[in-house]
Amino acid sequence: MSLTPKVGMALPERQHLCEVVQQMLYNASLWNGHRIHFDMPYATEVEGYPGLVVAGPLIGDWLHQVVDEWLGDAGTITGIEYSNRIAAFVGETVTAGGTVTAYDPGTGELRLEVYVKNDREEVLAPGVVTARLNR
Amino acid sequence: MTALLSEGILSCIGRQSAPRREIVTRRDIRKYAIATDNRQAKYLAGEVAPPLFHVHLFWDVVPLSALSPDGVSIDTLLPRFPLEKAMAGGLDITYHQPIKPGDWLTATRTLTDIYEKSGRSGPLIFYEVLMEVHNDAGEPVVTEKTTRILR
Repeated sequence: MSLTPKVGMALPERQHLCEVVQQMLYNASLWNGHRIHFDMPYATEVEGYPGLVVAGPLIGDWLHQVVDEWLGDAGTITGIEYSNRIAAFVGETVTAGGTVTAYDPGTGELRLEVYVKNDREEVLAPGVVTARLNR
Repeated sequence: MTALLSEGILSCIGRQSAPRREIVTRRDIRKYAIATDNRQAKYLAGEVAPPLFHVHLFWDVVPLSALSPDGVSIDTLLPRFPLEKAMAGGLDITYHQPIKPGDWLTATRTLTDIYEKSGRSGPLIFYEVLMEVHNDAGEPVVTEKTTRILR
């Protein structure tokens, strides 16, 4: 498949339901025992969160996926800069998306601004991805 | 001299963890891909690792007795800071080459900086940790700089 990126073009958005079993499997796969992710009484009563906190690096993964799916086999992510600004909680649906902000047809190098936002349109994690199209 | 950061804390800049060497397996890639809601066949089949898989591969594996009561593994690279409430952190990652099953990868973590700034609601401490992942041929695979903020 070939891609013809244009500066300003938006990537297809992707929704992710932050579902409890998936959260458990994600944290188990890392060996992450932080109770705020799976122990509801601890997360709410001790730490004062409104629910179980979605793991920060999982939000980071979704920033990658929205670009990586769009690239398919046409290119590769070469880097990312992002930060986790606002937490997401189990039960929420979040949306990942992005926009092409630079493209060099000569080298195939791409730059994209990406985000994961919640249903109140708050950006939980903004980022910048760099990628390269295969030559 | 800064207000919060003692000589003792600042002398930890440059501290390095012992290198950790781990093998990449198809099963671990598959589990990671499924758990992250991935839907690309090459990752779900475990043929190649998706980006950010190094987070899974190098998460600290410690005995239960080494976890704090909230279930967190204590990062021995860090000194005890005078501020402890963690705020948003940032990551800056470079991917040098793909990760595949059978790869033996080694990660080294270095505490590269500690500094203080004044925020709107008081002082903030920043620290930076660089994780360098390389393969057995000594080639870089992933470079990750994490910046964390404490208030």
